[in-house]
Amino acid sequence: MEAIETLAQQEYKEGWVTDIEMETAPPGLNEDIIRFISAKKKEPEFLLEWRLKAYRHWLTMKEPNWQYMAYPPVDYQDIVYYAAPKNTPQYNSLDEVDPELLATYDKLGIPLEEQKVLAGVAVDAVFDSVSVHTTFKDKLAELGIIFCSFSEAAQEHPDLVEKYLGTVVPYRDNYFATMNSAVFSDGSFCYIPPGVRCPMELSTYFRINTAGTGQFERTLIIADEGSYVSYLEGCTAPMRDENQLHAAVVELVALKDAQIKYSTVQNWYPGDEEGKGGVYNFVTKRGACKGENSKISWTQVETGSAITWKYPSVILQGDHSIGEFYSVALTRNKQVADTGTKMIHVGKNSRSTVVSKGISAGNGQNVYRGRIQVLKKADGARNYTQCDSMLIGDRCGAHTFPYIDVGNNSASVEHEASTARISEDQLFYCKTRGISTEDAISMIINGFCKEVFQELPMEFAVEAKKLLGISLEGSVG
Amino acid sequence: MALLEIRNLRGGIKDQDIINGIDLTVERGEVHAIMGPNGSGKSTLGKILAGHEEYEETGGTVRFQNKDLFELTPEERANEGMFLAFQYPVEIPGVSNAYFLRAAMNERLKYRSEPEISAGAFRRLLDKKMKQVDMDPELARRPVNEDFSGGEKKRNEIFHMAVLEPTLSILDETDSGLDIDAMRIVAHGINQQRTAENAMIVITHYQRLLDYVVPDYVHVMYQGRIVKSGRKELAFELEEKGYEWIREEVEAAG
Repeated sequence: MEAIETLAQQEYKEGWVTDIEMETAPPGLNEDIIRFISAKKKEPEFLLEWRLKAYRHWLTMKEPNWQYMAYPPVDYQDIVYYAAPKNTPQYNSLDEVDPELLATYDKLGIPLEEQKVLAGVAVDAVFDSVSVHTTFKDKLAELGIIFCSFSEAAQEHPDLVEKYLGTVVPYRDNYFATMNSAVFSDGSFCYIPPGVRCPMELSTYFRINTAGTGQFERTLIIADEGSYVSYLEGCTAPMRDENQLHAAVVELVALKDAQIKYSTVQNWYPGDEEGKGGVYNFVTKRGACKGENSKISWTQVETGSAITWKYPSVILQGDHSIGEFYSVALTRNKQVADTGTKMIHVGKNSRSTVVSKGISAGNGQNVYRGRIQVLKKADGARNYTQCDSMLIGDRCGAHTFPYIDVGNNSASVEHEASTARISEDQLFYCKTRGISTEDAISMIINGFCKEVFQELPMEFAVEAKKLLGISLEGSVG
Repeated sequence: MALLEIRNLRGGIKDQDIINGIDLTVERGEVHAIMGPNGSGKSTLGKILAGHEEYEETGGTVRFQNKDLFELTPEERANEGMFLAFQYPVEIPGVSNAYFLRAAMNERLKYRSEPEISAGAFRRLLDKKMKQVDMDPELARRPVNEDFSGGEKKRNEIFHMAVLEPTLSILDETDSGLDIDAMRIVAHGINQQRTAENAMIVITHYQRLLDYVVPDYVHVMYQGRIVKSGRKELAFELEEKGYEWIREEVEAAG
């Protein structure tokens, strides 16, 4: 125990967090700020150049307005683009934290020490995962796996970063991705060497320093030939964040015979009942199946944020490559989720599967927006899309915008869609078996989402199920 | 104290009474058949007892296990030991039958302040009950009633009843839509559940189910009332003379 304690303290002393704690840039976006960020992070020259190119391009771009939502204009000159991660606790004990938030943590079964971290309470003793974290890091290093913060990677592995950064999401990609390229704060970097099967789920959870990298996160994952990795992002506990706008970029690269499984649970603060104060989550996530027989699978459970706007996509370049997208998006109160995927078939016999489950309650609006594109040379490409919506109450909405673009006659593209409601008869049936309305709804919803949940790693799936139940409490009846 | 005591019950949908004053006493160990022509209020009685939201009692009292039934929510009634087998069982996609039943079982145990059943013990219970009611084990794994045939759905209702071991089961036209072989299997399943401790109300339009599930009492409903009660022989009489005979009798008396 003592040893662990010492170790934990060491980690803390030498961590980059303490190092940069003192400094915060003035609000506003200009070249000086970008130079400041890059210098602070001791980045190599190429990275600064790349940031500047992105910034200059961003100045020529317009904010998009085609999405199914409206939000007040964002003043980009009013945002602080570089701030020390907030590791100073806001509270001294759990007694000071909103009891409703704590009740949610209890329902999710989150251990007390973790509750403190999530709620921003000072943590006194050893936080369990510190020791877990160290053991894992040693084990990963033995296999040659690199798993660290993006900033660390830029310093320690500049060749890998330079080789792959922007190869899937170029800095010119879209308004928010371009902005991210200019000012990204931090994120995760992961490299799996050829032929290595990563023996554990990699999770941001094990990277203690992740807290506070928030607003403009950048993640790059590379699976070299014949390797495999499963990556977990996020956390089922409600995360409060003072930054309203989040514009992250995630790039995945799968080489020949490699597989990447990327799972997300997003539960940012959705705002109050009117949606006030909620997070705008504008994310660009894309993977490239560069080699033949490669596979990228996205699984997401989206329950948070006032506005969610993301389309995790796969470019199927390699012959026989596989892209998958499994999604559950739940909106209630005034939340909006405009989400879906793009599957771009370039390689021969490439295959993609899309399963999207949208649940709307209250005044929630759920949009599925997807594009299936089969290019000329993609002989034998196949796609199957299933898009199901469930409505709870009569003030919510579900909308589907599927775009299909097929340039090869041998391709096969299937699209199925359905809309359902929870019927009074179903609820009565459950009640006559002794199951209360709320438990029945949670059971019916989980049944509805089953195909997606079974794609999640076991523990994540259990939490995700609970999360949906809690999110829907009081939505019906 | 009787298991169920219905006194002058009235009720129906919205402002329209369908039940117009029913008295019925059910003791433990008894099977009561309720027969009657279509629209006589048989199924409405079942729905009011189970607590369907669209149905409302407008008068009278019902005591179940010496509690005021109308003070209990539908799920409390179930956890007290009441069970309704549906005429048209509902599908719940994606939720396996076994999972659903275990959730129901645990609700019941929680209500009675008993510990939850372990996965192993529940598995053994399911195996035993599946054999008892002659249920295909495959159906326990599949989502509740989804893509079940009409007969399978009815058998599933009896399976639910067998697992939950209610003290009072209300079987709403469980025989409807079944061919003779399926009906025999269902009837066998029902008979397996009869004990001295529990009771059943069997709602049916036809006498044929009662050849297999032999009732202690038969009641005939007409226009929302029980107009005739008797022993099992009454069912044969009805089969022979038809409901027209009841109609004439009631009208002659009225």
